[in-house]
Amino acid sequence: MSISRRKFIGWFGAASGALLVSGKARASGKEFKGFPKSNGVLHDTALCVGCRTCESACNKENKLGKPDKPFTDLTVLKEKRRTTNDAYTVVNKFETKKGVLFAKKQCNHCLEPACASVCFVKAFKKDKTGAVTYDADVCVGCRYCMVACPFDVPTYEYDDPFTPEVKKCTLCKPRIDAGKLPACVEGCPKDALIFGERKKLLKIARKRIEKHPERYEDHIYGEKEMGGTSWLYLSPAKFEEIDMREDLGSKSTPELTHGALAVVPMVVGLWPAFLTGMYAMTKRRQKIALDEKNEAVKVATETTKATADEALKEALKKAESAKEKAIDSAVKKALEEAKKSEDTEEEE
Amino acid sequence: MSDSTTQNRLLTPFNVVAGAIVIIGLILTFIRFTKGIGSVTNLNNNYPWGIWIGFDLMCGVALAAGGYVTSSAVYLFGMRKFHAAVRPAILTGFLGYLFVIIALFYDLGRPYRLPYPFAVSPGPTSMLFEVGLCVALYFHVLLLEFFPAVLEWLGLAKFRNMIHKLTIGLTIFGVVLSTLHQSSLGALFLIAPSKLHPLWYSQYIAVYFFVSSIAAGLSMVIFEGFLSHRYMHDKMDDVHLEETKEIPYSFGKAASLVLFAYFSIKIIGLIADNNWHYLTTPYGYWFLVEMLGFVALPGMLYAVGSRERNYTLIKIASVLAILGIVLNRLNVSVICFNWKLPLAQKYIPSLNEVGISVFMITCIILTYRFIANRMPVLYEHPDYKDSEH
Ligand code: SF4
Ligand code: SF4
Ligand code: SF4
Repeated sequence: MSISRRKFIGWFGAASGALLVSGKARASGKEFKGFPKSNGVLHDTALCVGCRTCESACNKENKLGKPDKPFTDLTVLKEKRRTTNDAYTVVNKFETKKGVLFAKKQCNHCLEPACASVCFVKAFKKDKTGAVTYDADVCVGCRYCMVACPFDVPTYEYDDPFTPEVKKCTLCKPRIDAGKLPACVEGCPKDALIFGERKKLLKIARKRIEKHPERYEDHIYGEKEMGGTSWLYLSPAKFEEIDMREDLGSKSTPELTHGALAVVPMVVGLWPAFLTGMYAMTKRRQKIALDEKNEAVKVATETTKATADEALKEALKKAESAKEKAIDSAVKKALEEAKKSEDTEEEE
Repeated sequence: MSDSTTQNRLLTPFNVVAGAIVIIGLILTFIRFTKGIGSVTNLNNNYPWGIWIGFDLMCGVALAAGGYVTSSAVYLFGMRKFHAAVRPAILTGFLGYLFVIIALFYDLGRPYRLPYPFAVSPGPTSMLFEVGLCVALYFHVLLLEFFPAVLEWLGLAKFRNMIHKLTIGLTIFGVVLSTLHQSSLGALFLIAPSKLHPLWYSQYIAVYFFVSSIAAGLSMVIFEGFLSHRYMHDKMDDVHLEETKEIPYSFGKAASLVLFAYFSIKIIGLIADNNWHYLTTPYGYWFLVEMLGFVALPGMLYAVGSRERNYTLIKIASVLAILGIVLNRLNVSVICFNWKLPLAQKYIPSLNEVGISVFMITCIILTYRFIANRMPVLYEHPDYKDSEH
């Protein structure tokens, strides 16, 4: 019994080993370069003045709920805000080494969106316009997309009991389809937002950095982050200072789970064979054990029988001899008796 | 029997408390389904997953691992002498998964769309798709595995024997499915390297979840054994009593090996990612508490307890190991998630949220008691005593 238990553990050890190896071998060479003509927006934070016009335009375009404070109230900039159900975009203020900066936050419309890759009903899709679209008609409301989004963008209607939806910036896809600019871009009075083909935007951004190396960090945020995003950023200060994480790496999200998903067919393919083999071995061992037991029982029975036979023989022999003895003595006795009576008769 | 004695038998302290929890649970259920998730939980946009996922789902699935661990040990690895432990383990596994699914109904925004991932718009690139598929299938496997007990109870011998023939196939299928979804639950978090603390995030997280689920399963079998011996002794037959005597020691020894293996692969992960420097931060201390107090310590207690046949040590070890699993799953999904977020913005479950989770546990215990009081779980049905499995 102890052997099988040790095997049991060893087997699990071997299995985890196999998983480890395949986990390491996950980096595949494939890279999705995005749709050729897909669009994006370049946000130059050096030009942003924090007027919140984009917020207001977005609110109007998407018919969102009334904000707590009017868009003209700039005191909200004192606090760091994130996107909400009623604000697909927010502008935050930062005190940096390069002075006060403002940065707009909204869905970055990733080239390989985490939200899309984790959705188990494919509610999110990367559209050829560049927009990452959401289909509320299939969404189950598991909120894994919110867990996965590295930029903390999607929000959820927790207070709707029957038809809650995930909310996020749409890149104003309906407007793009109609040949118009996204509402926030159109509203921006300072050209801090430019809409266009992502490739061209990258060129513009690079040119600005080359022309004013003293004004910009040599980094176009969104060019590589998480496999690249449609929304691109320029900043005078380190991006970390305006609350944009620089530790995200350039690996896209599908790459992160690729290894784990690749293990699935291996488990499905190998486990049953292995376990059936295990079962067969166990069964065989049990059969052998059973056979041995039967054999032992047989031998034991036979030995017992033999011993019993022997004993019986012995007993019979003994009994026989006893009987013989008894007969002998009886005969003797009878003879003696006869002799005695003869003697008495003679005496008479 | 007079009315007053019936009343006395029903009015045990346990029943009173359980009854109160059920009533509160039903009220909360009503609020949840009429006013929305937000009305009972503290979930927010930074914390889309709270304890209904972190505890009810993550811990529920891990702690229900006793089913596949026991049935594979007995049927596939030849530990026949523990046969009596299979049915109770299958029953708890089944109830565990049943209530995981019920808890999901509370947590999903649109629970009525639960079949959508399979029937309407499958998204197979999602780890959650894999989890969902395997959990759904495994739930049915457990149902079939437990069915013989129901059919014996109902006296449907023919049908029972038919299903019984499937035992080995079902066991193998169950192990495959369990391997997949136990590990995938960990792999769910592979997607969030920027949000989960590096001491818990690892490329090996799927393996961690799988290996620790074995320890969880073994510990739960030991712990449940202790509880049912204490509270349902009268339902056990001699075979059960005899066979389960050895279980704490054998399973305890196995659990100690698994826990030590788990401990070592966690260290390997730490080395691979070169995360030593985090150990001297508050999160690092917390990590050490989990690893030393709830992995290494129960591992050691199990080892000593099984060698010296000290039942008390084994019991303590099983409780620690179970708490350790709960702690680990909560750390990954809630406590060490969003670790860069300021403390003030961190999620703390609301009382109502906790209430629903307690309600779920209570329902599991009540259902278990209901079934074990009626069906042949802790004893063998006299008609089937000599059957092979
Ligand atoms: S920023 Fe977040 S929500 Fe937007 S596309 Fe990327 S992953 Fe999806
Ligand atoms: S909440 Fe909806 S959109 Fe987000 S992952 Fe779940 S099903 Fe997909
Ligand atoms: S693109 Fe449209 S939806 Fe997105 S932030 Fe701008 S206005 Fe709002």
